[in-house]
Amino acid sequence: MGLLTIAARGLQAHRPRVAALAAAVAALALVALVIPITRDRMAAAPLSAAQFLLLVLVVAAFWTVPSDLAKRMRKNPLSVVGFSLIAVFVAIALLAPAPAPPPPTSRDPYLIPQEGFASVPRPPRPGFPFGTTEGQYDLYYGIVWGARTAFRVSILVIAVAVAIGLVVGGLSWYYGGKIDEIMMRLTDIFLAFPSLVLAVTVVAVLGRSLTNVMIAIAIVHWPIYARLLRGDILGVRSRDYVEAARAAGAGDLRIITRHVIPNAIYPFLVLSSLDMGLIVIIAAALSFLGLGPDVGYADWGTLINLSRNWILGAPGDPFAYWYVLIYPGAAIFLFVLGWNLLGDAFRDILDPRLRGSG
Amino acid sequence: MASYIARRMLMLPVVAVGVTVLIFALLSFLDPAVRAGAFITNPNQLKAIDAIIRNYGLDQPIYKQYWTWLTEVARGNLGWSQTARMPVREAITVFFPGTLELTLYSFVPIMLLGVWLGTAAAVHRDRAIDHLSRVFSISFRSLPSFVWGLLVLMIFYGRMTWFPPGRLSLEADLFVRSGEFKAYTGLMTLDALLNGQPWIFFDALRHLAGPAITLIMVSIALLVRVMRSSMLEVLNQDYVRTARAKGLAQDVVNNKHARKNALIPVITLSSYTIVSLLGGVVITETIFNFPGIGRWGAFAAQQLDIPGVTGFTMFVAAVTVLGNLAADVLYAFFDPRIRLQ
Repeated sequence: MGLLTIAARGLQAHRPRVAALAAAVAALALVALVIPITRDRMAAAPLSAAQFLLLVLVVAAFWTVPSDLAKRMRKNPLSVVGFSLIAVFVAIALLAPAPAPPPPTSRDPYLIPQEGFASVPRPPRPGFPFGTTEGQYDLYYGIVWGARTAFRVSILVIAVAVAIGLVVGGLSWYYGGKIDEIMMRLTDIFLAFPSLVLAVTVVAVLGRSLTNVMIAIAIVHWPIYARLLRGDILGVRSRDYVEAARAAGAGDLRIITRHVIPNAIYPFLVLSSLDMGLIVIIAAALSFLGLGPDVGYADWGTLINLSRNWILGAPGDPFAYWYVLIYPGAAIFLFVLGWNLLGDAFRDILDPRLRGSG
Repeated sequence: MASYIARRMLMLPVVAVGVTVLIFALLSFLDPAVRAGAFITNPNQLKAIDAIIRNYGLDQPIYKQYWTWLTEVARGNLGWSQTARMPVREAITVFFPGTLELTLYSFVPIMLLGVWLGTAAAVHRDRAIDHLSRVFSISFRSLPSFVWGLLVLMIFYGRMTWFPPGRLSLEADLFVRSGEFKAYTGLMTLDALLNGQPWIFFDALRHLAGPAITLIMVSIALLVRVMRSSMLEVLNQDYVRTARAKGLAQDVVNNKHARKNALIPVITLSSYTIVSLLGGVVITETIFNFPGIGRWGAFAAQQLDIPGVTGFTMFVAAVTVLGNLAADVLYAFFDPRIRLQ
């Protein structure tokens, strides 16, 4: 909410620049409509194309309209790399039906189309830029739609973890004393397991599916948010600068939007952006162990699991099937790298003492 | 100090009971017939599931069931593992030494390399080694262990044939299983030396290298970061400047004055590292087909061997809780400021 008000104020102050950006995006859309290939793809998925143009507009506005966050991020080249990586992945996820249109007979676009049933993977060739993996699943299609799966899993898990964390952290902070002690011991219990081990157990008990993978990671992850919300975010209320603002006659709304949210949002942004990557790693690890969605679902971990039988290559040619591991591996690496760079950038901005370290 | 440790010890049973409640709550999602497996100690009993459900009161109220289950767990009966084809307790004793060995061979290099690299990065701040360590640390943090492990296997086994998967090669395994080899500790490299069989030592080392390299690369990044920022903080302290002003050589100040105090956060991190290694072995042992507790746990989860999974999880949780306790005690020992709180 705080970010939205800041954004709205920024837009009002820079109306001509935003109008120019919007015109540029409209021009881009017109160019896409003139070229036959992109026109057909856009016509097939108009909603995705519209979302993509909106994304381009938002990203362009973020970097051109002057703001404190953008200014600080521009100073650090690594955070620009992180931001760009994530922007590319968001674009791929939003646009998925355009670069990788599902076959007309497909009942679920997340199911990767199969090019025959032979088990030996086949290298990149026209029509299959990344090759086909075991079972002739199209790697390119799987990676593009896997980006959607990755965002879906991490956003849903963080939403659930934050919701539980808000309830537990809020109760703990509001009542204090014994309740606080009990809630914090509760988080201790959940943190007594390495996260992957507890997640493996939960999926084993609930049964293997993508939904249960998400439930398992949410169960493992909520205590971290409960602690953060109790300590850093709700603790802001009793800080001196909040008292000072209150003494100066500021109302509740002003204190919340101008003092509490701007100060509390960064620890949350740092943790959640680092977590976006971590959650995708844990989900992919569960898929890799064969506890995730069924084979053929567009999910990076499942694709990497399919590569296991082929990484030793053929006799005399150890790297014969390199593409079955390298492409999905690179996708997950770049995704996590982007979030880690972004999280580090937020942390540097949040904590001036840490600026330039790590 | 004693009171701090005592207070910390008091928390231990609370967390231990909590862990069992959590595991039991998960189990209660299952059908009674599946849960009955937790009380089976030999495969013949599989025919008498109904009798077991009645005997152990699996149709009783949940708190009574919890008590029955807890007393069995306390007596060391964790059930029968279908995947290991032995009781869970025995499976843990069979599989754990391998994992312990792998953890040790990863933990020691992580600590030594991490402290050295972190110190070097802090002392030569903003120079080549600092930038290099930063690039390495963020890359390895972003590369999932299973991708990294498969790459190691692809290059060092597929291409170079240096580090084969498994724990021993066939000849070595046959020799170990013959009567001539005594298992003193369960740690293969140590046993080989105690038996005076250096070729088995090198064979075991070759098999440990792949999974250990994977674990080291995945876990070292955090240690380097923490060591670097801790060292930077200490280097800015007054007493370091005083030592330097007295005319002591920079190396002496760095190594004697600064590094000792910079190591304190690393002690806490060391227990976290062990915990993350125990989580990491699930993946690395599976990739390298290394017969340890992690591969067994993952296989049990795939095959829905519920007693196996819960036994594995509770064991790892117990090790984690004890590890955290040890870290807190060590921390209080090394940092007097903690004791006074």
